[in-house]
Amino acid sequence: MLDLQVVSVDTLSDKYVLIKLTYGHPLPSMVPGQFVEVLIDNGAQTFLRRPISINNVDIEKNQLWLLVAMVGDGTRHLARLKAGDSLNCVLPLGNGFTFPDTVMQAAERRFLLVGGGVGVAPLLYFGKELHDMGCVPSFLLGARTAKDLLLVREFMRYGNVYLTTEDGSGGEKGFVTDHSILKSERFDQISTCGPLPMMKAVARYAAKVNTYCEASLENMMACGLGACLCCVEKTKMGNVCVCKEGPVFDVNKLLWL
Amino acid sequence: MARLNVNIQNLELKNPVMTASGTFGYGLEFADFIHLEDLGGIIVKGTTLHPREGNDYPRMVETASGMLNCVGLQNKGVDYFCKHIYPEIKSIDTNMIVNVSGSTLEDYAECAARINELDKIPAIELNISCPNVRQGGMAFGVTCEGAASVVKAVRAKYNKTLIVKLSPNVTNIADIACAVEAEGADSVSLINTLMGMAIDIEKRKPILSIGTGGLSGPAVKPVALRMVWQVAKAVKIPVVGLGGICTAQDAIEFLMAGATAIEIGTANFLDPAVTIKVRDGINDWLDRHGCQSVQEIIGAIS
Ligand SMILES: Cc1cc2nc3c(=O)[nH]c(=O)nc-3n(C[C@H](O)[C@H](O)[C@H](O)COP(=O)(O)OP(=O)(O)OC[C@H]3O[C@@H](n4cnc5c(N)ncnc54)[C@H](O)[C@@H]3O)c2cc1C
Ligand SMILES: Cc1cc2nc3c(=O)[nH]c(=O)nc-3n(C[C@H](O)[C@H](O)[C@H](O)COP(=O)(O)O)c2cc1C
Ligand code: FES
Repeated sequence: MLDLQVVSVDTLSDKYVLIKLTYGHPLPSMVPGQFVEVLIDNGAQTFLRRPISINNVDIEKNQLWLLVAMVGDGTRHLARLKAGDSLNCVLPLGNGFTFPDTVMQAAERRFLLVGGGVGVAPLLYFGKELHDMGCVPSFLLGARTAKDLLLVREFMRYGNVYLTTEDGSGGEKGFVTDHSILKSERFDQISTCGPLPMMKAVARYAAKVNTYCEASLENMMACGLGACLCCVEKTKMGNVCVCKEGPVFDVNKLLWL
Repeated sequence: MARLNVNIQNLELKNPVMTASGTFGYGLEFADFIHLEDLGGIIVKGTTLHPREGNDYPRMVETASGMLNCVGLQNKGVDYFCKHIYPEIKSIDTNMIVNVSGSTLEDYAECAARINELDKIPAIELNISCPNVRQGGMAFGVTCEGAASVVKAVRAKYNKTLIVKLSPNVTNIADIACAVEAEGADSVSLINTLMGMAIDIEKRKPILSIGTGGLSGPAVKPVALRMVWQVAKAVKIPVVGLGGICTAQDAIEFLMAGATAIEIGTANFLDPAVTIKVRDGINDWLDRHGCQSVQEIIGAIS
């Protein structure tokens, strides 16, 4: 549990903010796919912590980025933070995405990272780490409209970016699973995060083309520590905690397909 | 430093601060945040004779200053506990207490009997008050006869410290407390969660998978405190108070209302180190008020 300091809060659109945080000591090591539990304000409506993915870690600047969609009181409160404010976080929590074991594997393995809406958040850090290992990941990012496509420029630094929007205002029109890249290219691993229907569609696509697929789930959480059993997902092994056993799961272990 | 130790009959606690079942896992989940042995006791997850998958997701929703849950006693059963979990927790140097649940008298008694065999488990907390399981559970806890019958069945098979956890979802909680005292309970703890509900108005359906859930957190504190006060006046056995405790001040209120010890539940989710802060806060208050021992404030209002 650390009191991090807000460096900046950038408004990306009327719905999204990017919060950059730092700490007086080196941040603990974190892997892509892990999340933090942030304390909002102990207010009557927002007294439980909110789980937020690790969007990026900038080791040189000792910064942690959180990409936040304003959906309710808690996230709107986060969007109102100012430089210099402190934010109490329990971190890092959960398990990350599957990484190549060796640099050699990384260079050969074709990764497709599929994100929808604010679900793109953990994929940036994952893509950056893959890039740093010598891999060129492909990012397939979807949103309702062009202005909800988030951090596209950041993603472009680390791999190939393919975009879709539901209204056709950016990239190809349609859902991520409609994108032409899925017809023209094959991948060795697909990692996805976003709305449940999108992730399920991605999982069906992966099953069809026989590709390993993992998804990062966003079940409602109370403790984030594996203590309360509130965040469970039904799996082939019974009900398991998303916060402790996940949030990233091999989709074949879930009961989606 | 005031003396913080208290006793629940034969059970000695270093201090009155324990953790509430279902909110603290098996303790190990919190080992990164506090020294577990600094607690007066750890009450682990609800355990049943047979494994239970619990209820479907969604199992929780935040409500004003509280939360509803309908976890439904998900656990791997008492045999798994004895074989796989007990070895991991038995060296934790505090009172490791198992919360026992069931849906029949036989299940309760058999589960308690298995735990009776475990050297390093000095007590059980009998949950006759879970609002989230269809049969049994709370059904026993809502009548004097039901509550007495479980305690009697368990007492026959269990000879260590027996704490009985009471349901607040009753008309007169003091009557239930007296009924379990008469059957040989060593202590009563209260309150379990208050049955509640939340509705998603867009979908026009309840948010929780089974419709209702148990309310916990600061929202329930005044109710819990009142009930602890009523029960402490009605029984001679020690009372363990809980329900919404977040701070040392909250804890001291329960002690003054007559609780010998307290448990902290939902507040662990907000601050995983809250238990130790509460313990230290109680100590500071006692020092500031010239009290030699926490005993001096137990029941101090009555
Ligand atoms: C592991 C994990 C990682 C996450 N990462 C991010 C992230 O990087 N960025 C981000 O913006 N959000 C993320 N979320 C979702 C985020 O936690 C919720 O949006 C947030 O808790 C909502 O809080 P609130 O007070 O603003 O809204 P509330 O008032 O609590 O709820 C407003 C609306 O949001 C919905 N909601 C609440 N909690 C969740 C949830 N856990 N998942 C989906 N919908 C929810 C509610 O159903 C309600 O309709 C993540 C969730 C999890 C479990
Ligand atoms: C997620 C959750 C799970 C719980 N599971 C149990 C349980 O298994 N057995 C039990 O006796 N009480 C259980 N409880 C009730 C708590 O132990 C406690 O009685 C209640 O939450 C009130 O205290 P609090 O307001 O400090 O949380 C649970 C509570 C929560 C929030
Ligand atoms: S949120 Fe408590 S176990 Fe996952």
